[in-house]
Amino acid sequence: MEKTWNNKAWFLVLPVLVLVAFSAIIPLMTVVNYSVQDTFGNNVFFWAGTEWFEELLSSSRFWEAMARNLIFSFIILAIEVPLGIFIALNMPKKGWGVPVCLVLMALPLLIPWNVVGTIWQVFGRNDIGLLGYYVNALGIHYNYVQDKYDAWVTVIVMDVWHWTSLVVLLCYAGLVSIPDAFYQAAKIDGASRWAVFRYIQLPKMKRVLLIAVLLRFMDSFMIYTEPFVVTGGGPGNSTTFLSIDLVKTALGQFDLGPAAAMSLVYFLIILLLSWVFYTVMTSYDAER
Amino acid sequence: MARIDVNHIRHSYLPNPRTDADFALKEVHHIFEDGGAYALLGPSGCGKTTLLNIISGLLHPSHGRLLFNGRDVTKLSTQERNIAQVFQFPVIYDTMTVYDNLAFPLRNRGVPEADVDRKVRETLEMIDLASWAKRKARGLTADQKQKISLGRGLVRSDVNAILFDEPLTVIDPHMKWVLRSQLKQLHRRFGYTMVYVTHDQTEALTFADRVVVMYDGEIVQIGSPAELFERPRHTFVGYFIGSPGMNVMPVAIDGKTARIGSQRIELPGVPKADGGAIELGIRPEYVRLGHDGMAVKVSKVEDVGRHKVVRANLEGREIAAVIGEDETVPADPKVRFDPAGINIYADSWRVEMGA
Repeated sequence: MEKTWNNKAWFLVLPVLVLVAFSAIIPLMTVVNYSVQDTFGNNVFFWAGTEWFEELLSSSRFWEAMARNLIFSFIILAIEVPLGIFIALNMPKKGWGVPVCLVLMALPLLIPWNVVGTIWQVFGRNDIGLLGYYVNALGIHYNYVQDKYDAWVTVIVMDVWHWTSLVVLLCYAGLVSIPDAFYQAAKIDGASRWAVFRYIQLPKMKRVLLIAVLLRFMDSFMIYTEPFVVTGGGPGNSTTFLSIDLVKTALGQFDLGPAAAMSLVYFLIILLLSWVFYTVMTSYDAER
Repeated sequence: MARIDVNHIRHSYLPNPRTDADFALKEVHHIFEDGGAYALLGPSGCGKTTLLNIISGLLHPSHGRLLFNGRDVTKLSTQERNIAQVFQFPVIYDTMTVYDNLAFPLRNRGVPEADVDRKVRETLEMIDLASWAKRKARGLTADQKQKISLGRGLVRSDVNAILFDEPLTVIDPHMKWVLRSQLKQLHRRFGYTMVYVTHDQTEALTFADRVVVMYDGEIVQIGSPAELFERPRHTFVGYFIGSPGMNVMPVAIDGKTARIGSQRIELPGVPKADGGAIELGIRPEYVRLGHDGMAVKVSKVEDVGRHKVVRANLEGREIAAVIGEDETVPADPKVRFDPAGINIYADSWRVEMGA
């Protein structure tokens, strides 16, 4: 069939374009504007070119924060995904247990980020926190304010507590969509528990797992509020992630140029990773 | 292969069944002979699948015992019973190739790889998917997927029985014929004990030597296709088998005659019925339409191709008659009942007729 070429269709896209321009593109452009200039206030700007970018990419502070981010994302994915699958596999499939489990699982997801941070900030304190007090009473030295490993453990446990539910719920949705006949056929075929998981449950969960990994990765890569509330990026810089560093630079030191350059780099990283995940997921769909 | 002895089995899905109505299977007591081809026929919800799942061990019955070759297997798991079962909807292992799908039940049982290969290739030929062996199973059509499911049932040669739970529902009509005759052939060649659940009478009658008709959690009749057609033991069988089903009408019995309204019908013998609601059943194939007999009012004539079905009204009751494709309905239509096709029922169960 002959395709009709008609440029009028662009008018249909225009409203969205205008909206996106005001909500995203124009603010982004102001950031670009800052990133190539230097200012000392009074709205006086000096052209800086790529200076801020060069400074950023050669600063160890930036790369260290980035490394912390990647390590953090890797650790929480390595814990939350298997744990989420394990919990989802063991959740009841019918009866009164289903709503109870679903509500319990959904609870942490309903709590605002800064509240989660505050909960764990108090929970882990040595003097009045339930966790901090009793862990120390057991003879284990634990102090997230002074010890950077303790700080990391706290932040990771907090994230696992907060977000494993998401993986559980997504996996559970995948699991309940498997018809009974598959399990019956597996019994007839003499499949072991492991084979049932490997050949029936895992393939059915693959799609939702990809989504879960994508969501958890993006979210953990952008993490800000919870560690900020609990540790404030410390002790030292040990839990200073990119986002915390960015806010410190922009609002703490009021270095708008370097902060803008950092925002753009951060944005490009997120964009790149989204593209990678999108490609992986769509190629998986195409294979089906 | 095994003789399957279903010994007074009752099953309820409720934890504390009280009345008969709580039971999905009321009481089934029947022996599936070694090497027999059986069809379990009945409407949806009559307990056919429940019975099948009890035989395969996917369900454990509330009461009764199950024996394979005289050995009690009631408590054994599906795997220990060594049964193959094919389900209504295709079950395939998405991530495996067609070949691996068929090899799966064998490998799970630790069959040596050489034997696996031989059996799988043989089965692939049988289900006509040999050229697809290396393909991932996920991309196949519903037909092909169901063939794989069938193949997984047929690949094990040492099974006690092969059970089919309406396996051809999703297959298109032409393929149905081909697969059914292949199953039939397999049965002749290897003598498997086969139980085939269906609600499609054509399927049941063409597949099986013995058809087990179930209704409301009970077996109402077991017989060859001809027996089910000629001498339905229960009015349900008469109604369910045949197209259109048997005409059933309440009558009063007076010795060797039955009265329906003002009409009198000669019976081939004296029914041995004492009391109960008496009904006369006659298949449309035995209702003769002509110029003599009982007057009827014809309401509709359906031409179904090979023959015509005449819907008529006899003494206020709807009856159906089958006439030849070339016959026409006379102007003043009357019907006679061929005595050879008359069955008498008391409380829905068939009664014998004496001389």
